[in-house]
Amino acid sequence: MVGAAATVWPLVAQMNPDAATIAAGAPIQVDLTPIAEGQDIKVFWRGKPIYISHRTKKQIQEAQSVALSSLPDPQPDSARVKAGHDQWLVVIGICTHLGCIPIAHEGNYDGFFCPCHGSQYDSSGRIRQGPAPANLAVPPYAFLTDTKIQIG
Amino acid sequence: MSGPSDFQPSNPALKWIERRLPIFGLVHSSFVAYPTPRNLNYWWTFGAILSLMLALQILTGVILAMHYTPHADLAFKSVELIVRDVNYGWLLRNMHACGASMFFFAVYIHMFRGLYYGSYKEPREVLWILGVIIYLLMMATGFMGYVLPWGQMSFWGATVITNLFSAVPYFGESIVTLLWGGYSVGNPTLNRFFSLHYLLPFVIAGVVVLHIWALHVAGQNNPAGVEAKTEKDTVPFTPYATIKDAFGVSCFLIFFAWFIFYMPNYLGDADNYIPANPGVTPAHIVPEWYYLPFYAILRSIPNKLAGVVAMFSAIIILCFLPWLDSARTRSSKYRPLAKQFFWIFVVVCILLGYLGSQPPEGIYVIAGRILTVCYFAYFLIVLPLLARIETPRPVPNSIADDVLAKSKGRAATAASVVLALVVAGGLFAGSTQNAKAEEGGDTPPAQSWSFSGPFGKYDRGSLQRGLKVYKEVCSACHSLNYVAFRNLADPGGPGYSEAQAAAFASEYKIKDGPNDQGEMFERPGRTADYFPAPFPNEQAAAAANGGKAPPDLSLMAKARSYKRGFPQFVIDFFTQYQEQGPDYVDAILQGFEDKPPAGVTVPEGTYYNKYFPGHAIKMPKPLSDGQVTFDDGSPATVKQYAHDVTTFLMWAAEPHMEARKRIGMQVFFFLVVFAILMYFTKRKVWADAH
Repeated sequence: MVGAAATVWPLVAQMNPDAATIAAGAPIQVDLTPIAEGQDIKVFWRGKPIYISHRTKKQIQEAQSVALSSLPDPQPDSARVKAGHDQWLVVIGICTHLGCIPIAHEGNYDGFFCPCHGSQYDSSGRIRQGPAPANLAVPPYAFLTDTKIQIG
Repeated sequence: MSGPSDFQPSNPALKWIERRLPIFGLVHSSFVAYPTPRNLNYWWTFGAILSLMLALQILTGVILAMHYTPHADLAFKSVELIVRDVNYGWLLRNMHACGASMFFFAVYIHMFRGLYYGSYKEPREVLWILGVIIYLLMMATGFMGYVLPWGQMSFWGATVITNLFSAVPYFGESIVTLLWGGYSVGNPTLNRFFSLHYLLPFVIAGVVVLHIWALHVAGQNNPAGVEAKTEKDTVPFTPYATIKDAFGVSCFLIFFAWFIFYMPNYLGDADNYIPANPGVTPAHIVPEWYYLPFYAILRSIPNKLAGVVAMFSAIIILCFLPWLDSARTRSSKYRPLAKQFFWIFVVVCILLGYLGSQPPEGIYVIAGRILTVCYFAYFLIVLPLLARIETPRPVPNSIADDVLAKSKGRAATAASVVLALVVAGGLFAGSTQNAKAEEGGDTPPAQSWSFSGPFGKYDRGSLQRGLKVYKEVCSACHSLNYVAFRNLADPGGPGYSEAQAAAFASEYKIKDGPNDQGEMFERPGRTADYFPAPFPNEQAAAAANGGKAPPDLSLMAKARSYKRGFPQFVIDFFTQYQEQGPDYVDAILQGFEDKPPAGVTVPEGTYYNKYFPGHAIKMPKPLSDGQVTFDDGSPATVKQYAHDVTTFLMWAAEPHMEARKRIGMQVFFFLVVFAILMYFTKRKVWADAH
């Protein structure tokens, strides 16, 4: 029994990401200075697109003022950005429905719109409308300086 | 497979083998002496058709694998090279790609036939469940096969389908990472899909053996749904069933050849001629047509987990069919209510397929929900209820009675059935075409092309002029990566000689090296070289063109399409209309307007184009009157340029089109004659059996 399980283990475990893939998934650093207010960039980390948005005052205002009870996946804006860096939204640009890439600055909520099945996210990357069950994920990241972040 | 055979070969060598391995007896008892009900109709020939399709898919697949490279950077190109450079590669690829669709088409008819005639009922439950397992394996194989060309739809289809598993509570994300072998769909995913796509057909073949074994134990069902009792009820498999199957198969091959030779892209998606790009999601991700009903069920449920569960349940529920429908009468022929509900169910499935191809919004979502309820209600409410309340009509005493009672007019029924089948097939399959929704672009006007229709050929003069337009205008920004100078001298191309192609090539500077000093150098082009790209890489191309790299033009004429709409796509099936791409490219080239219409503004750095989806195109107006001078006196107008360069791009996208249509005609002639001969042979063989 133990022998059988031990034999099967390598046969299944080989399917997980290999050493080179894991190594390539090491943290990356991104300089934020070139991103003007209202603009956003897309960087790739671990093969996933990461949106870094420099939010406008209006977008921040909208994200903070929405009533949490009206959200399908309630989360305050403060839990989705780093304290003191309200203007920077960093989210994984993968729709939580079935993995398409939402388009930034589209949809009814000043945030993201997924063209595949019509999910709409707000300026905090939270799901507002459509089949997606959860908010856009926030990747692990930290501010190294005011203008530089490390993702991963 | 049904017990020991009394077959004795007369040849001493065969006798020697038979004593040690009774294989001839097995074949004889299974496929020669095996008694089949004498009242089987043509719906029963789909078993043979499916066996043939499986064999064909394995054969063409093994050959394609000899030329294919399962690597994320090379897969798309290797498929293109198969189509362009391998002898008859285009034929093998078309056979394999269309073959998958035909395989599913046949399996759906086979399943509906089982459903209508109650072939799943006692004692054939295991036979039916084995069939469902084959169907599931087919779906997995088909899905992984679609990923291999590594186009946009391959990549995003793989992303969406593997993400279905992320709906599993707690373990979802780990399962998906395990499936991918990375943090997203990528090279490891492609590699394992290739491995499994090669393996699964052989697993299917194994289960098919079990399926046939179970069939030969229980015996075939038949339209009357009564078991064979006496000798009078049956005929031996050979020659009766063999010849009938041969006729059915040859008719099916005509249908198959229609796609292979004349409509190879009808069932595919234009987006899959764009190489996979993890950074851009196509506007509408649509699976292959054979998954559409289940895709519609998935999308009609607003909760992710529930949607995934519903989708899988829609297939798994088939396994329980023998117990859900407990009616004693097998055949729906004698069940007045069940018959009507069966046809309603067929319509529900087709409508679900249509909805699966539509964008998930508004009325489509509501209709999808209603039809999903209908789908499950058929199995969970209608069938169990009918078994209790329906009064079936009396069934014939025996198969022989059924045959005697049959009136004339069979040919008429058969003809109408075939016609209905073709229309339904075209309708259902064509719904994928409809999935190409355009956001705010005018429909391109249909142009007249020399290469359209079954006898279409490229206009040599047009190809030569188009090459000139490409060289003098388009090539400043757009690459043509898959076309080599040697292709200019290929048969079915612009009609240049080898020497002319060589002279054309020598005008180009090609980067080569490194030389003995380790340095790159430039040399004049040779015919083996490919058209050089205007920019060294995609980033350079994007930087020089306002942030968006001009796309490669090799496949442009096949990689673009527009919404055809109902009923146009059904008509397209019969008229062999395949020119959405050229119509679109031609329209774009002529669709620039200096001033957007009143009330329309396009963002800075973009230009207004009447036919571009969304109207704002990054490319400035490329052609203007008088820009290129033709030697043959053709008018130097944008209209002429657009027509010629589009013809050239169509040839670049499909250099072997003329061979495809020419061979197609020969194959058609052969198949039609063969089918007619088969029909009369079948009549002769069956003359004494009726």
